[in-house]
Amino acid sequence: MKKLINKPEDVVREELEGIALAHPDLVKVHYEPDYIVRADAPVKGKVGLVSGGGSGHEPLHGGFVGMGMLDAACPGAVFTSPTPDQMLEATKAVDGGAGVLHIVKNYTGDVMNFEMAAEMAQMEGIEVASVVTNDDVAVQDSLYTAGRRGVGITVFVEKIAGAAAEEGRSLAEVTAVAKKVNDWGRSMGMALTSCVVPQAGKPTFDLGEDEMEIGIGIHGEPGRKRMKIAPVDEIVEMLAEPIISDLPYKEGDKVIAMVNGMGGTPLIELYIAYRKLHHVLEGHGITIVRNLVGNYITSLEMAGMSITLMKADDELIKLWDAPVKTAGLRWGV
Amino acid sequence: MITKEEILAWLHRYREVLAENKEYLTELDAAIGDADHGINMDRGFGAVEKKLDGVAEKDIGTILKTVGMTLVSTVGGAGGPLYGTFFLKAGMTLSGKNELSAEDMVAALNAAIEGVKMRGKATTGEKTMLDALVPALEAMQKTIADGGDIHAALEAATAAAEEGMKATIPMLATKGRASYLGERSIGHQDPGATSSWLMLKTAAETIGAS
Ligand SMILES: Nc1ncnc2c1ncn2[C@@H]1O[C@H](COP(=O)(O)OP(=O)(O)OP(=O)(O)O)[C@@H](O)[C@H]1O
Ligand SMILES: [Mg+2]
Repeated sequence: MKKLINKPEDVVREELEGIALAHPDLVKVHYEPDYIVRADAPVKGKVGLVSGGGSGHEPLHGGFVGMGMLDAACPGAVFTSPTPDQMLEATKAVDGGAGVLHIVKNYTGDVMNFEMAAEMAQMEGIEVASVVTNDDVAVQDSLYTAGRRGVGITVFVEKIAGAAAEEGRSLAEVTAVAKKVNDWGRSMGMALTSCVVPQAGKPTFDLGEDEMEIGIGIHGEPGRKRMKIAPVDEIVEMLAEPIISDLPYKEGDKVIAMVNGMGGTPLIELYIAYRKLHHVLEGHGITIVRNLVGNYITSLEMAGMSITLMKADDELIKLWDAPVKTAGLRWGV
Repeated sequence: MITKEEILAWLHRYREVLAENKEYLTELDAAIGDADHGINMDRGFGAVEKKLDGVAEKDIGTILKTVGMTLVSTVGGAGGPLYGTFFLKAGMTLSGKNELSAEDMVAALNAAIEGVKMRGKATTGEKTMLDALVPALEAMQKTIADGGDIHAALEAATAAAEEGMKATIPMLATKGRASYLGERSIGHQDPGATSSWLMLKTAAETIGAS
């Protein structure tokens, strides 16, 4: 294992220390229980937004704490859901009297821990609502699975619900817009290489020199199929077509599109992929009205990418364009 | 009667057993999950170990509730809420008790299992810890109904849990991370069922043995 770390057991703690030193204007870091909170929290009268999940997906979630996005983020151990006491303390820290929305990616561990935290917060008199993201089309949504995984759309939910909260909308309204984003979003990812969890010390899965995994999850969970590597144009089609036909996105639709790097992918490759995605969507009569190209929801050092589409109407575009000031996303300020 | 000393001995010993089986449980989880179950359980019971001395003078209910709260706040993942709820519910059933009858033991295990079912929205046959725990409870109840003592009931529960754990091998996972594998989850033993079997096995070794 080759990593820029000191000791595997110290990575989350030392990352948090780095964040606190790098962004004192944006966030404060609380330790034990660990959470990152907006520097000016709680914002009086504003719905608070709390998310969290295993570490290793940076900038998600901690990099999205700040004006116009999250009020707090709870980092778990690498790839392991955080605990309810972190979420409860974060919820209390951001409660400005208008209630708190929990944004939860659909993984059994995250869902159960956030449920316990919501129960505890409600017992303490804080109004809590939750939205569970589940946009990964690689997983069959059926009785026989824990449901679709929450992946790229989570970035969109945090941005758009964050803007809605900033406008002063109520908890019910912010929750509704968060659900709309999730309902209108779909994603799929792929990997060229595995990732290495620091505490495990070895690759999560083995992938041959000339192989790739289509439909990979953000923790290296297996996808739809493993196959020989192909030119990027073909890979983009393999990801985009199942996404388009799933919602489905139709001729005349406007979308916000994200081409996301998994952590170990050069930006040059992501732009090549974006170029192809643009043409694929054009072929379907779908227009990209806004986009993100870069590393937003990663999987440690995994090489690969994911594509996320969200159908966009005027309301969502307006909220997308609203000012945001976080370490990971910043415009309009 | 089960004494408080036996409960504490069980918890201390289970912590050691988890440390010894950390790699094994993690390997089982690598096959159908995310290779962290042993690490998670070891972290949780390592924290429990630090809390036990502080509550050793308290009643058994308080001790078990402390175990549950500690697991909830240190484990994370699915294992944290599930094992945390297991011990919290058992502890709530045993509030104020300093020794336990066979009936108390059955009531506590029953409440603990109901808590896991509620938290995980799962039932038996889904390739989870419930496939070890539910048969264990049934075997325990039957042994006691047939006039067996606490130790015999724990031995029967352990044997049933082992069988249930092995029965998870051919099962298709429909809950948790393993469900993403679909058919590919078949042929692997569930890590949570394995840690649950170890928990009962340790109980049979430390409770009512003399
Ligand atoms: N819904 C459920 N109900 C009961 N038991 C479950 C459920 N989901 C998972 N489990 C049990 O939990 C075990 C996995 O626990 P583990 O500590 O590895 O958590 P995890 O799923 O990896 O959590 P995370 O995904 O957040 O890391 C499984 O082997 C299974 O026995
Ligand atoms: Mg696991």
